[in-house]
Amino acid sequence: MILTELLVEPAELEARTGWAIKPLGACLGDICVPLPERARRDDGRIRAEALTERLGMPLVADPDHKVWALGPATKGTGRALTTAVAPDLVLPDADGKPFDLSSLRGQKVVLVAWASW
Amino acid sequence: MWQTLRERLHSQGLEVVTVALDVDVDAARPFIDEAHPTHPSLIDQAHVSDELFGFVNVPNAVWIDESGTIVRPAEPAHPGLNAFTESFRTIDLSSLPPDVAEVLREARKIKTDPDQYVEMIEDWAEHGADSRYALSPDEVIRRSAPRGDNEARAAAEFELGQWLHRRGDHAAAIPHWRNAHRLFPDNWTYKRQAWNFEDPVRQGHTDVYDSSWFEDVKKIGAENYYPEVVP
Repeated sequence: MILTELLVEPAELEARTGWAIKPLGACLGDICVPLPERARRDDGRIRAEALTERLGMPLVADPDHKVWALGPATKGTGRALTTAVAPDLVLPDADGKPFDLSSLRGQKVVLVAWASW
Repeated sequence: MWQTLRERLHSQGLEVVTVALDVDVDAARPFIDEAHPTHPSLIDQAHVSDELFGFVNVPNAVWIDESGTIVRPAEPAHPGLNAFTESFRTIDLSSLPPDVAEVLREARKIKTDPDQYVEMIEDWAEHGADSRYALSPDEVIRRSAPRGDNEARAAAEFELGQWLHRRGDHAAAIPHWRNAHRLFPDNWTYKRQAWNFEDPVRQGHTDVYDSSWFEDVKKIGAENYYPEVVP
């Protein structure tokens, strides 16, 4: 996820990566990873470096534009999937209207990646 | 093609969702308009779904069951023969410029098995959890793409690049995309997307990248471009 300062909004983190900030720590599925006290700011935001340290989310910088990207977690299974529970995903259609994948619960879904290139 | 399959299997409780991994929405739009999809047809400019599901090339698909559990991880997904790529097989290569013929000769070695894949989807649509193609959670995780520090860093580099490109600074995107390619050479979505901005026709060699579609396919062998789908 793109960051313009090294702080992460918990709601945005959960929407983008599935990792939820709870009293226990950062949680995804059955896994909870404790966060150090200094990771949590009084305003509820989380220091990005703590997510790098504890979840193995790499932080990549573009110093010229003062922008960072926080990559996906690497502490876990060593695979792209940490759990077989499908992550929540909301993406827009070509007209910008958001669609929530979880609205299809109750049906079998084939989620297909394609591209124009 | 997905639209046809969807119409055939929708009454059995199966839905198709297509996601275009396209930094530019307008590049994907004409294909969507032409397909007239009745299923959700979405755009993923930042390739977020690569990160979440482990897509590494297109077409790739995952299967998600009624309860929201992934029962097949990202793998090559061909619902039929692609007319464009099939035309490579019949075209007379001697009629083409040598460099184009060379690329098509390699492209002909790409293997897909649409019959098998469609049979798998049909079986799952009919039998659900009892289908032999629906995998256990452990197997789904085990078969999903590797995710070490390099792959995770590549995802972040790609995302930074597309963010800069979309802000109008294409030149600033390039070093990040080069890093993404170096860190995760098996992710073709990062490479093809980036090459396409420099050479949309062939994704050929340019001064911008050290790689090209042809060179990279030759390296792994075109027959390995889409790994075999293991039932």
